[in-house]
Amino acid sequence: MSNNKIIHWFKYASPQSFYPLAGKLIPWFWGLTAVFLIPGLWITFFAAPTDAQQGEGYRIIFIHVPAAWMSMFIYIVMAAWAGLGLALNTRLSGMMAQGLAPTGAIMAFVSLWTGAFWGKPMWGAWWVWDARLTSALILFFLYIGFIALQAAIDDARRADKAGAILALVGVVNVPIIYFSVKWWNTLHQGASVSLTKAPTMAATMLWGMLLMALAFWMYSIAVALTRVRAIILEREAHTEWVKELDEVKA
Amino acid sequence: MNWESPAAFFAMGGYGLYVWGSFGVCAVLMIVEPILASKRRNDILRSLRRERIAENLEQP
Repeated sequence: MSNNKIIHWFKYASPQSFYPLAGKLIPWFWGLTAVFLIPGLWITFFAAPTDAQQGEGYRIIFIHVPAAWMSMFIYIVMAAWAGLGLALNTRLSGMMAQGLAPTGAIMAFVSLWTGAFWGKPMWGAWWVWDARLTSALILFFLYIGFIALQAAIDDARRADKAGAILALVGVVNVPIIYFSVKWWNTLHQGASVSLTKAPTMAATMLWGMLLMALAFWMYSIAVALTRVRAIILEREAHTEWVKELDEVKA
Repeated sequence: MNWESPAAFFAMGGYGLYVWGSFGVCAVLMIVEPILASKRRNDILRSLRRERIAENLEQP
């Protein structure tokens, strides 16, 4: 392993070099969001056929599943950044975790909300205490807990450490959500798409869901990077490099 | 999928409340969140600019 490579990687671990990089990346991720969202919405509302059992009501799947996927994925990424910060004490890691948390919380909320609006007409109940729904609700509370805990501690580095421990302990909930429909008898249906077997849905619907998932993914990166840039400025407000930024001098 | 009329599209085969209740809330959140994230950055930039002006006034 050459030393150069290590230095290269750590270069972007500094807020000073990540701030302009993120600024350059954000418009690209917004562009990609539109590229995936437009055909995704087209399939959602026009190309995808009416479902034989659920009529038009099933179209909620095109935001419900991507939001649920992102809520779990963002949590893992957030916990990974938090853990990295705890292990290596890199400044940027905690800012990344903090930047991701509200987006993850919104994704978790959207999955619960759309789930309720789908459950009501199909199951006859807005909410049931089954394993999938309950573990997804716990994920939402973990995000809220992470945000509240960090907000309650004034010192940013200590807030990062406390948050990191909460985030890492909470990771155990993610496989519980994922496998809940297998491990327990749930009212919630099993996975429609999995890595181990062929999807149990029509190709058009599958494409729509994948495009919407990609759109949600790109959206999450764009908005989290925007927030991370704000957090960098807040935390580095009294450093020379921030004072020398064009947008501060202007 | 061809909708017979715009009204049929909005009715969503009787599931209008549930479909639009889901997509509406999702859309609102995904419009408001980036606005708030940008506002957070603009707020800190504004206070940094103000601090800079104040510093320049102190040491002419």
